[in-house]
This record gives sequence, C-alpha cells and structure tokens, in this order.
Amino acid sequence: MIEFTFWDILRNLIFATRWTVLLSIVAFVGGAAVGLAILAARIAERPWLRRFGSGYIALFQGTPLLMQLFLMFFGLPMLGFRIEPWTAAALGLTLYASAYLAEIWRGGVEALPRGQWDAGASLGLHRFQELRLVILPQAFAITRPAAVGFLVQLIKSTALTSIIGFEELLRTANAINNATFEPFTVYGLVAVIFFVLCYPLTQYARMLERKTPAH
Amino acid sequence: MGYGLSFGWLKDAAGAIAHGAATTVFLIACTTVLGVLISILFAAGRRSRYGVLRQAVAVYVEVIRNTPFLVQLFFIFFGLPSLGIRLDPIVAAILAMTLNMAAYTTEIVGAGLDAVPKGQSEAAYALGLKPRQVFVKIILPQALKVIFPALTSQVIIMMLESAVVSQIAVRELAHEADLLQARTFRSFETYFVVTLIYLGLSMAMRRLFVAGGRQVLGAGVS
Repeated sequence: MIEFTFWDILRNLIFATRWTVLLSIVAFVGGAAVGLAILAARIAERPWLRRFGSGYIALFQGTPLLMQLFLMFFGLPMLGFRIEPWTAAALGLTLYASAYLAEIWRGGVEALPRGQWDAGASLGLHRFQELRLVILPQAFAITRPAAVGFLVQLIKSTALTSIIGFEELLRTANAINNATFEPFTVYGLVAVIFFVLCYPLTQYARMLERKTPAH
Repeated sequence: MGYGLSFGWLKDAAGAIAHGAATTVFLIACTTVLGVLISILFAAGRRSRYGVLRQAVAVYVEVIRNTPFLVQLFFIFFGLPSLGIRLDPIVAAILAMTLNMAAYTTEIVGAGLDAVPKGQSEAAYALGLKPRQVFVKIILPQALKVIFPALTSQVIIMMLESAVVSQIAVRELAHEADLLQARTFRSFETYFVVTLIYLGLSMAMRRLFVAGGRQVLGAGVS
C-alpha cells in the first residue's frame, strides 16, 4: 500500500498538467492552421465552397465535443490508421478548434468595411494578396479578444480527452482518486490548477477587449 | 481486410435512443428554467448595494467560467459526499449543469438589465408601480427581449455539453450510446447516429426558441 500525502497528490497533478498544456497548444496551433483553410472556404467566391465552409462550422458547433472525440477514436482505425488516445485527442480538438476559430475570424472579416477590399483591388492586388496583406491582419487584430477567449474554452475542453483515455490532468486525478479516496482534495486541486491556467488568459482577453476599438 | 458499416442493430436500439434523447431534453429543460431564474437573482445581486454580495457573485462567475464542466461535475458528484452531501446522479447532473450555465447567463442577463433605459423604470415609478412590479413587468420583459438570442445560444451549448454527464451514469443520450456500443460492438455507427441526433436536437431547439420567443416576447426577436 502506497501512502499519498497532500504533496504527492499535488506533485503528480502538476506533472500531469504538462500534457494538458501541450495538448492545448497543439490543438490551438493546429486549429488555427486548419481554421484558416476553413475561413478561406467560408469567404470564397464559389458558392459550393462557402456552403462547405458553413456546413463544416455548423457540424462542429452543433454536436457535442465528446461525440466528436468518440467518432475520431473509433472511426480512424476503420480507415486503417493505428490510433492512440493522444492522436485522437489532438486531431479531434484540432478540428473542433478550427471550426470555432474560422467562425470567429469570419466575424472579423465581415466587420471590415467593403472599402478595404476595393482599396486592395485598386492597388492591383489579387484576391489572395488582398486577404494576406489587407483583410486578414485587420480581421485578426479585431478578433483577438475572442480568439483568446476561445483558447480558454479549448484548455477546459482538453479535460474531455480523459474519457477517451488520454493521460492528462483529469485522468491522472481519477487514478489518484481511486488510490487515495480523497475526491474532495483531488478534484478541488484539479479545479485550482485549471483556474490558474485559465484565469490569466481570461483577464488578458478582457484587457484586449478594452483596448480594441469597437467596430 | 475491409470493414463494412452496419446499421442492422438500429431497429432494436431505437427505444433506448429515444429514451436517452428524452432524458437529455428533460435535463436541459430543468437546467434552462432553474439557470435563468438563478441568473436573474445573481444578476440582481451583482448590482446590489451590498459589497459582499457583489463580490460573492463575481467570484462564483470567475470560478465556474475558468474551470472545466467535467471537473465541476466530478467535484459535485464524487467530492461533495465527503462533506456528507450525497446526491443522486441525475440531481448532481442538474445541479452541475445549472451552476455552470448560470455563470454564463448571469453576465448575459446583467447586460440585458443594463440595456433597458433608466427612463423606463422612472416612468413606471411615476405611474405609481411598486419596485417589484417595475422589475417584473417593465424591466425584465424588455431585458429578456434584448438577450434572447444570446440566451438561446447558451442553452444549446449547455445541451451539447450535457453529453458529459454520461460519465456519472445518468442515462441520457450519450450514456445510452455507451451502453449500446458495448453490446453491439458497432462503436462508430452508434456514435455516428447519436451525433446526428444531437445535431438534430440543437437545430430543433434553435427553431423552437426563435418561434417561442416571437410568441411570448413579440416581434423583433431573432
């Protein structure tokens, strides 16, 4: 029988937090990359591309993340991929994040006055150059508070990957709880750790919101 | 080696899936009613003249909004019994969902209350209405109209997040899916069908809220 002191519990939980942080970063960066592609489709000139973009966003925003993770976990092996909890978690959260980020940025693009596109065109820029040099930098700037706010949501969402077996903070907590039978302490500490991760970002988002001029 | 999709199990599973969906609807219905009532109280508390009350609501909102729902659920269901508070899974689920949603809707309701011009309550007082009448009959209906779209979105988000309460064995839609796939070994197909049902539920709820909002709060609600 191994005895767990309070400090053992805390140390183990803090150790497991790096996986939560790593998964959040991977999903946010991956989600930003995929989200850019979805955004490009969503604001494309061809109607079928637009429909694909809005369908993709509606699908991921209209279904539970837990179900998306399960589909990823059970569906990818059927396509012949050898899948582990880490891959399913990272891929599932990446796609989830891409839909939300694309929608946030679309809001930014549509908030810009039409004249920005016209000005780009009058300088002889192609559509791709217009996007890259004129539209997207401004859209990113005015949606930064929302994007940071979504990062908080994403960090909290990583807790769901414990259900498909990824060894992050909450799954480690479950294991410790099974050994110590101190759910109050263990889940209380998990809540504190998540709070310490998320609260500064929430405050940062709020600060950005105050600074960003309203459009 | 190929893998063929098979939906033959679906005929026998329809009853269980329908029951699960009904439980999910029940959970979110309770949460919506309780959550909105609590957030009206908390939004009023956030604007009260007692500093302690204002602080308490602010702390509650920050704690809930910066921790995962699943952790809150585990804390309530597994953690509280060590304080002597033992809850039925379904009660724990409704409690966790209500507390979670109210943290978000408190801010929304508060924004709605602030959006009603001060002249409205002044006019009502001038007509001789009592403070409670002014709040219930004048301020609240106008505030609800402003915040209705945001409230609708928050309820749908909570409905989708309620899939998580399957983890404490509440027999809602996601939990029925867990049980079914363990019996049929058709994991992907089961979760695929259930995901589509969630999608249908969220679209139906949005329509229902828009139509209901027009009925109750009058035109101009989108």
